[in-house]
Amino acid sequence: MWEQIRLNQRRSVVLVIAIAFILVVLGFVIGEAVQPGAGLIGVAVAALVWGIMSLVAYYQGDGILLAVSGAKEIEKKDHPQLFNVVEEMTIASGMGKMPRVYIMNDMALNAFATGRDPQRASVAVTAGLLGKLKRDELQGVIAHEMSHVVNRDVLFMTMVGILLGSIVMISEIFLRGLRFGAAGSRRYRSGRGGGQGQAIMLLIAIAFAILAPIIAQLIYFAISRRREYLADANGAVLTRYPEGLASALEVIGADEHILERANKATAPMYIVNPFAKAGRFAVGLASTHPPLDERIRILRAIGGTVSFQQYDAAWRTVRGSSRGVIPPSALMQGEAQAVLAPQPEEEEPDERKRMRQAGDVLRKVNQFLFLPCACGLTMKLPPDFKQDKVSCPRCHRELEAPVAQVAAAAQVGAFMAGQGQAPLRAAAAKAPAPEAPPQSAPLQITRQGPGWASFKCTCGQPLHLAPGEETTDITCSNCGQHISVVESLPH
Amino acid sequence: MISLMVLLAVVVVLVLWVIGIYNGLVQLRNQVKNAWAQIDVQLKRRHDLIPNLMETVKGYMVHERQTLENVTKARNLAAQASGVAQQAQAEGNLSRALGQFFVVVEAYPDLKANQNFLALQEELTSTENKIGFARQFYNDQVMRFNNKIQMFPSNVVAGAFSFQASEFFETEEAAEREAPKVSFT
Repeated sequence: MWEQIRLNQRRSVVLVIAIAFILVVLGFVIGEAVQPGAGLIGVAVAALVWGIMSLVAYYQGDGILLAVSGAKEIEKKDHPQLFNVVEEMTIASGMGKMPRVYIMNDMALNAFATGRDPQRASVAVTAGLLGKLKRDELQGVIAHEMSHVVNRDVLFMTMVGILLGSIVMISEIFLRGLRFGAAGSRRYRSGRGGGQGQAIMLLIAIAFAILAPIIAQLIYFAISRRREYLADANGAVLTRYPEGLASALEVIGADEHILERANKATAPMYIVNPFAKAGRFAVGLASTHPPLDERIRILRAIGGTVSFQQYDAAWRTVRGSSRGVIPPSALMQGEAQAVLAPQPEEEEPDERKRMRQAGDVLRKVNQFLFLPCACGLTMKLPPDFKQDKVSCPRCHRELEAPVAQVAAAAQVGAFMAGQGQAPLRAAAAKAPAPEAPPQSAPLQITRQGPGWASFKCTCGQPLHLAPGEETTDITCSNCGQHISVVESLPH
Repeated sequence: MISLMVLLAVVVVLVLWVIGIYNGLVQLRNQVKNAWAQIDVQLKRRHDLIPNLMETVKGYMVHERQTLENVTKARNLAAQASGVAQQAQAEGNLSRALGQFFVVVEAYPDLKANQNFLALQEELTSTENKIGFARQFYNDQVMRFNNKIQMFPSNVVAGAFSFQASEFFETEEAAEREAPKVSFT
């Protein structure tokens, strides 16, 4: 595995060396400009900046990226389908360990992967993506993302990004410092009588400080686009179903939403350029991703069998180019495999339903309370909802705020015996009555129907039950109390 | 003296090279084994899911006893099967029985609205996919291993340490792999 990954990157390595060279020259020129003969010190400073940023990115990169994008980790029961798809791709790629799964609260359609190696990988998708894509399409997107992890693109692009960041940072500091310190440095220079040579060096440094970030960025984009093609190819090989990714890209391309919390440094990790629609980036040379319609056409041009060679051939046809994009080492691996037959029109939940599911997962991780009313409506209360009663907007029944649902068994018994005007209590009465002695009675809640349900523990911690999750006992994640769950059967 | 040192250097390089190839072969062989274990894990998982599924649908599908029994029987046979050939056949039968079952399910709209059933269905669909992907990965690994064994120069080392080529996991019909995928939804 390793020798192949290393070979894959050989082509990109030339470009990386180019960026590193720019950084060294930048450090040298600025050093010379500040003080003649201090060029090497400038290089050392540049290297130091780069070194520190690299260390931070290497050890904390994934955490920072996930935090910046506002992604929340989810569990299998929150969205089984997404989890299964990630697991399937883990198996297909032979990664060994399943990445952690995150969801971002954003209606834009996007996804990214992070983690420096397959052992500590994470994939994150937006809620919009979960809502819009069918299973096959989701699988294509996840396959693309996992390919980034398997190819070590995440590590590679982070490191290149750090080089780029160092160049941008050093240029910026130099140019700003020049502006602020103009008076001081003039006095300093005239005092030493450095004269013309120094002035020319300063001009060169300024020109270089302006140009270097631009050139480095263009190289960076070129590398990024190459890795995108490779991840597309790898994704198609993993799923044996290029159409899944192609149609996912089509859906993503047709969408108008803009990712709110993307930033430039993280752009290459996403499945599509998060800035493309914001008009902040030109297409072509100055984009982290190849144009969407081209990626789709390449994927669709793959014939009845899928392999790296096929993708490369399709790439050459679509681009009208004689040189391919896939590194030779990848071309050698694997023989052509039959493309899977498209699945027949299936009855997947429609878009509205999928959207609602995705939204519910988000509300769950954001500690919303799900309060099902007896009329079938589920109310979703934000975590800062303070009143203890809420009126159902459909049937106008008064519902107890969910913390009241948690009560010692004795109190539940009292509820059922006593005033039964609230539908929740009426429903509770149908459940088998708890016969535990009142003193040591465990906490208990009654669940309405099979959908999401949630309530607050007596300690105030919101707890959730996902649809399809069958349990009779849950443990509060905050205080550790056991709470038993009673199903109130609708029939 | 110099020629002796050159000779020694050549021998050392040669030994290191053989060690490298040998270790590479062992690694590949272990990967093949591991990939096989992955298939097994998923097959077991399918066996575990079926009783749950049958329990859930029993109440709804009172008139389909025969179909349900077929699935259960096929599942039990598959769980007991030993040996690659027998196992492959038993799993194939199970896939077909499940395929029939999911065709019949179409006639029960109540069942298809049942949360529990839907959750199980997603699990089973995914397990089928996972079996497929595990098999795919296994075959990829086998091919890399076999290539290494048969290609020069690693074939010399492989021959000297008698590495055996592994077998591909072929399904009898190409359709079989997709069949469950199709009928599950």
